[in-house]
Amino acid sequence: MEYEAVIGLEVHVQLGTKTKLFTRVPYAYGAEPNTLTNSVVLGLPGALPVMNLQAIRDSIRVGLIFNCQIPEICKWDRKHYFYPDMPKNYQISQYDKPICQGGEVEIELPGSARNIMGKHRMVKLTRIHLEEDVGKLTHIGNESLVDYNRAGTPLIEIVTEPDMHNADEVFAFLKSLRMHLLYAGISDCDMEKGQMRCDANISVRPKGERKLGTKVELKNLNSISGVCNGVSFEIKRQIESLESGQRILQETRRWDAEGGITISMRSKEMAHDYRYFPDPDLMPVKISKEWRESIRAEQPELPFIKQERFFQQYDLPYSVTSVICPDKELSDYFEEAVSLYNQPKMIANFIVNELLRELSVAGTNGSLPLAESKVKPHHLASLAKLVDQSVISSQIAKEVFNEIFKTGQNPEKIVEDKDLKQNTDTSAIEKLCADAINNNPKAVAEFKSGKDNAINAIKGQVMKASQGKANPKIIDEILRKLLA
Amino acid sequence: MDTSKHKIDIDYVAQLARIELSDAEKVKFSGQLENIITYCEKISQVNVDGIEPMSHSFPFYNVWEEDTPESTFAVEDVLLNAPKADEDQIVVPRVVEE
Repeated sequence: MEYEAVIGLEVHVQLGTKTKLFTRVPYAYGAEPNTLTNSVVLGLPGALPVMNLQAIRDSIRVGLIFNCQIPEICKWDRKHYFYPDMPKNYQISQYDKPICQGGEVEIELPGSARNIMGKHRMVKLTRIHLEEDVGKLTHIGNESLVDYNRAGTPLIEIVTEPDMHNADEVFAFLKSLRMHLLYAGISDCDMEKGQMRCDANISVRPKGERKLGTKVELKNLNSISGVCNGVSFEIKRQIESLESGQRILQETRRWDAEGGITISMRSKEMAHDYRYFPDPDLMPVKISKEWRESIRAEQPELPFIKQERFFQQYDLPYSVTSVICPDKELSDYFEEAVSLYNQPKMIANFIVNELLRELSVAGTNGSLPLAESKVKPHHLASLAKLVDQSVISSQIAKEVFNEIFKTGQNPEKIVEDKDLKQNTDTSAIEKLCADAINNNPKAVAEFKSGKDNAINAIKGQVMKASQGKANPKIIDEILRKLLA
Repeated sequence: MDTSKHKIDIDYVAQLARIELSDAEKVKFSGQLENIITYCEKISQVNVDGIEPMSHSFPFYNVWEEDTPESTFAVEDVLLNAPKADEDQIVVPRVVEE
C-alpha cells in the first residue's frame, strides 16, 4: 500500500525587541546567568506586568506579511503548569483570541537543478500568537540549574495547518519563514541560539484516505537539518510500523540527532491540563483598522515579489536573483548601484561572483557584514561603466575590484595609477598576435584542422603577453585574420 | 443547594495545585468547591443571547510601554530566595522530562 505523510509545524520565534514582553528588563543572548531579571520576571508577589508595544507591533507586522487576519481584539491568558523554567507557575500566552488568525506562507520547493527555480506554493497557517518565553535549564547529575534571563522574552508561535507532506516541504517552509522574518527585521532566527525552535506533528495515512492518521509530536529539532532528518525518519518509522501491522501510538517523541532516530518520551499518565483563563493583570489589546493599515503601509517589498520584479525589470537569471533577493540589504545595494549605472547583469555578477566571495573570507570570525565593505554601490557602478566602455577588460575588472575591496579607492583612479587601461592599439596587438602564432605551432595546427577552440590557447598567450590589457575582441579579430 | 451534578475529583485538583490534603480536608474542600461551582452555574439560568463574552470588568485596552530598557535586579538579590544556588544559577532537583 502507498502511504502519505501529513505534517504540521509549531514554530517559535523570538522577537528582537530590546526588552521583555511584560516588563522593561533588557534581553541579550549570552548574558551572565540571572542578570536580566526583576520582580515581574521572577513572578514575585504583587509584581504587575505591562505590555511591550514594540512586541505587539512586530507581531502585527508578521501577521500582515503572511496574510493573516488581525482581529480587532486579542487578549492574554494564563497557561498553568509547574516546572522550574517558569517561576510563577504559569506562562502568559494567548489561548482563544490570538493576535493573528489564518494566513499562509509562500514556499519554494527544490528545483530540478540548483540554477532552476522550483515550484512555489502556499502553506496554510492556523494562527500566530504571542507569548512569553521560559527560563533555561541545564541538567547536571541529579540537579538542574536554572537561569531566568530568557524568561519573559517575547515569542511568537506560528502554527501551520497539517499542510505539508515531506521533509522537502518542511525545509522550504522554514527557509521561507526565516527569509521573511529576517527581511522585516523581526528576528535573526538563529536556531543555534534558540531564536527559532520547531516542533512537528506528523501522521501517515494510506494514499487517498481523507481521515488523518494518529499523530506523533516530534520535539528537540534543534537545527533546520535536524528538522528535516527528524521528519524523514519519523515518516519512515510510522509507515514501517503500519506495514508490519502495528498501530501508531499518540505520543511525543524526541529526535536524537546523534543516533539518527526518534525516541518515545515517557509521557505522564494524565494529559496536560493547563487550566487557561484570562490574565486579570493584563488588559486586552485593541487593534484599530487605521493602526493595522499604517503598519501594512510600511511593509517592505517581500522577497518573492522582489524576485519576480528582478526577473522582469533587470532580466536577471534565477541563479543570481536567488542569491540577491532573499537579502534585503544586498538587494538594496544592488539597486543603488544599478540606479547609478544601468548595467544590471554586470553589477549583479560583480556582487555574486566577486563581492560575496571576498566578504565571506574577509571577516575576523565568519564573513564581513556588507555594511562594513569598502566596496560601495557607486564603486560597482563606475567599474561596470569602465568595462562597458571598453576602458578595461572584464579580466582586469576583477583585479580592480580586489583593489577597491582592499582600499576603497575609486576604480578610475586605480586604473589610472596602475596603468590598467585596455590596449586598443591594433598594430601593437598585431605584433603580439604574430609572436603568439609563431610560438604555438601545435595550437595553430589544431585550429587550422578545424578545431575552433584551439584559438583560445593562442588568445591566452596574447593576453598574457599584454599583461591582460589587450582588448579580447580585437585579439580575436586579428588572430582570425592572420590564421585565415 | 443541589451539588450532585458537580462532583469534584479532589485528588486530581490537589495534584494539579501540588498540595497535599488530609482525608478530612478532602471532604471539607470537596464540598466547598462543589458549592462554588454550583453557584457559578446560576449564569446558565440567565439569558445571555447577543452578549459578547468579556475577560475583564472594565473596558480598558492597550495598557503598554515603549520598548525602552530599565534596570534589573542584582544576581545576589535574585538568589536570596533560592533554596540552593551554584554558579549564579538556582539549583533544583533534576527535572528532565523523559
